[in-house]
Formats: sequence, structure tokens, C-alpha cells
Amino acid sequence: MIVAETLAPRLSEDIIESRAPAHIKVNELAIYYGKKLAVNGISLSLHRGKITALIGPSGCGKTSFLTTLNQLSKLNNQVTVTGEIHFDGENLTQNNVDLLSLRRRVGMIFQKPNPFPLSIFKNLDIPLKEHGFKNRAERIEKIENALKAVGLWDEVKDRLNTSALSLSGGQQQRLCIARALVLEPEVLLMDEPCSALDPISSGIVEELISSLRDKYTVVIVTHNLAQAKRISDYTAFFWTQNGAGKLIEFNNTRQLFSGPKDERTAAYISGIKG
Amino acid sequence: MIDRAFSLGIYAIIALVIATFGWIIGDVIIKGISVVSWEFLISEPEDAGRAGGIAPILVSTLYVLIIALVIALPLGISAAIWLAEFSQNQSHTLHVGIILDVLAGVPSIVYGLFGNAFFCIYLGLGYSLLSGGLTLACMILPVFIRTCESGIRSVQSDWRLGGLALGMRRSVVIWKILLPAAQPAIIAGLILSIGRATAETAALLFTSGYVDRMPESIFDSARVLAVHIYDLTMNVTGGDETAYGSALILIVLIILLNTLAQGFIDSWFKRSGHYR
Repeated sequence: MIVAETLAPRLSEDIIESRAPAHIKVNELAIYYGKKLAVNGISLSLHRGKITALIGPSGCGKTSFLTTLNQLSKLNNQVTVTGEIHFDGENLTQNNVDLLSLRRRVGMIFQKPNPFPLSIFKNLDIPLKEHGFKNRAERIEKIENALKAVGLWDEVKDRLNTSALSLSGGQQQRLCIARALVLEPEVLLMDEPCSALDPISSGIVEELISSLRDKYTVVIVTHNLAQAKRISDYTAFFWTQNGAGKLIEFNNTRQLFSGPKDERTAAYISGIKG
Repeated sequence: MIDRAFSLGIYAIIALVIATFGWIIGDVIIKGISVVSWEFLISEPEDAGRAGGIAPILVSTLYVLIIALVIALPLGISAAIWLAEFSQNQSHTLHVGIILDVLAGVPSIVYGLFGNAFFCIYLGLGYSLLSGGLTLACMILPVFIRTCESGIRSVQSDWRLGGLALGMRRSVVIWKILLPAAQPAIIAGLILSIGRATAETAALLFTSGYVDRMPESIFDSARVLAVHIYDLTMNVTGGDETAYGSALILIVLIILLNTLAQGFIDSWFKRSGHYR
């Protein structure tokens, strides 16, 4: 009886999760810096509306993988990528992808908050203008909605024209998330978005990320295993093998943490290794 | 004890520097102030500059300076952007950088010779304000490019990445975010350039010449302030007093131009809403 009660919700959740369609499908992705292999063996599906955490020790290619998803990796002409990243019928590893519209649809949040040295308003207004929103009233409405979505509106509505750099670290990070959201992306990439923040701000940002579930497909790199466990639906575990990063295990978060299939995953999440 | 001696030494050096500077300025002010008047600014020189004013010389100076800046500013900023943002080939960047550093150290008289050979003779512009301005542009470009380049390079790469990650065009990221953030360096470069260009003598002797008439067009030969001072002190006996007066005007002019340049760039960037 007790077993049945505890199993029932879990089972139904599992079924729902496995039904979540793949938003981005990665197939045998490998990344090279010059001739040196940096990461390989990445095959996974990023499910629509779910949060996927990338965990693993430093230098195992989590961030490198993340930047291939919005092709920011192309900025470094040493980087070559093989394999496939299917996003909406397009293979991103091909050369004919429209980077500007891709990056509008796939937003990115960095480890260190990076608001531009402009006013709070302009931080959101410039990207909007850049993507062709000519009507000022429409832009103002979008900016207000984005700031509300990150819970910053009440804090900044009276000082939209002051410098974004005068905000606290946590507020700056939320502003950066708003700046990504204002373009109405489908996917959000986050590279350790809480690691440069104090514990309280970190908690607020984490809650915010959690609230983005269902509306956005989120991929988050984190070194905080507890955080991965708390907020993610899926977890991918990376590990360094023969000097190159490798995706070791990918599963839904609960299963990965409760019953890791690979012994390296088990060692890492229990804190023995890494 | 050593600490005390050290800080005393530092103070002594500072005092020495300020005193030297104050002496030069003071000397120019004391000996020049009696000559300077409104009349001095708006009348033509007489008796080879011993009497009269410096009106045509002021006008020529401004002409040459404006020509030099109009050419050097856009070229310099573009070159700096290319060096800092677009040049993919590391060794190219390095070589261009070394060449610029060498050019920055070339004595101005060499630029004068080059300007004379290239602009005056080869391009047939003769002794003219245009030749002088172009020569000055060549002379100030290296330092201006290097200052702007290092300014752009030192802008946080987080902003660069952040802009690109939002799907903004590279040109927009550079124009709206990187350049305004590099503003202090651009101003510093501009002030250095204005100072050097306004006070230049050697490069202009053989390019814009030393005719002290009011120029009628940029193809006329004319004399700038620094050349006027040089001529009065070296070639005209009894010209010391007006030379001091002209030197005082030159110093005031440079301070004025720098303030103007700073204010201009400040308001330019304020319109784009940047904060430092």
C-alpha cells in the first residue's frame, strides 16, 4: 500500500517526462580545439520545456558544449565541431545557419553577470531594436513584461534610466536573464549562473530559473550538485577521459542521482571523485 | 627612517616637476601677457611679425588642425577597430602593431620630409594647408591608433560575448557597446593628438610653409603658430616679445581645444546613454 502510494506519482511523472518531445537533438557531437579533441561522445536530447543540468568536474567540456548550441563557439576559429545538432529541422553544425536569428531563439546567460554599461532600460531596448522592433510602445511593453518575469520590475521601475551597473550582483544577473527573455527565446543556455552570486541572490536566481520550466527549454551548467538535483528534470554527467571530456551518462535527474548506471557517475555524485 | 626618506624624495621630485612646469608657463605668461590683446588676435602681422597681430596665423593653425583631425579620426578609429576586433591573424596584428610603434617614434622632421616629397611634390599639392594637414594626419595616426586599440581591447570581453549571444550584429556591438566603453582611451588619444598637431613645427615647415598672409583656401601656403614662434625667435631680431605672446596664445589654444574635444565626445556618448 505504502509502496504503491509512493510509486504511483513517480510512475506517472516518468511517463510524462519520457513523452516530452526533444527540442534539440544532439548526435555524436565532438569538439576540437585546433587538432586537440576537447569533448566527444555527446548524444542527448534536450526536451522542450524541461531543465537539463550539465554536471561534472571543471574542464570536461560542459561550457564548450553549451556554446555550440548557440554557435558562440564559432567566434574562436580554432574550434571545429563534428556531429549533429538538430534544432527545428536544421543541423547547427552545418555552415549555412543564420546565427543572428539562432541566437535570438537560443539565449545565453553567463557566469558573471554582464549587463552593458548602459541604463537598465537600454540594456533591454538595444537588443529589441536590433531585432527589428521599431514601435517604441511595443518595446516598452515587452521590457516591462520581461522585467516582471524576472521579478525585477518593482525594484527598478522608478529608475529605469539609471546605470545597470549600479544594481547588485543578483539583480544584474536577473537583468541579464530579462535581457535574454525580452527577445522571446525558446531555449536558454546558462553557464553557472549562480556561482558568482551571494547565497541569497543565488537562491532568488535559482527560484527564477525553476519558474522558467515549461515555458523555455533550459540547459544549465552547474557545479552545485544539490542545485542540479533541485531544479533540473534531466542531468548529463561529463567526465574527463584520456585528456578529453566525454558525456558519460544522461538520464532524468531523479534516476541519475538515485541509481547511476556508471560507476564514475556514482563516485562523482557521492563526492568520492571529482 | 628609509620610508620617510623615500616619501620625502618622492615629494621633492613632484615639487621639482611642478616647479619646472610652473616656471615655463609663468615665464610665457609674464613675458607674453603684455602683447596679448583683442587687437593682437584680429590683426595681421607687421614688420615680419615684430608688430601687429597673428590673425592669419591662428586661422592657418585651425585649418591645418581640422584637416589633420578630419582625416586622422575616422581612419584611426577604424584601424583601431580592425586591429582589436577583426584581425584574425595574430602575426599580422603583431607586425602592424610594431610598425605603428616605430612610426610613432619617428621624429617629426622626417614626417615633414615625407610630406614634402609625397604631398607637395609627388601629388602636386605644393606648399599648402592641405599638404600640412595631411602630413600632420600621418604623424598623429600611429599614437592615436595605438591608444584607441588598447582602449577597445581592454573593454570587458563579457560585453562583447553578451552582445553577440543576443544575436546582435558585430558592427552594432562594436558601435553601441564597445566604442562608448572605450571612450576614455579615445579621448586620451585625441588629446595627445591635438596637442602634438597644434604644437608641431618641423613637419609643417616644408609642407605648409611660412607665408604669413591670410590663407584664401586650403591650397594656399600659410604659417601656423608654432612655425611663427620658431621664425620670430630664430630669424627675426626683436621678435621675442610677439613670440612670447604667440606662445601664450598657443598654450591657451591647446587647453581650449582639449576641453572642447572632451566635451564634444562626452555629449556624443551621453546621447547613446553610456555610463562609466
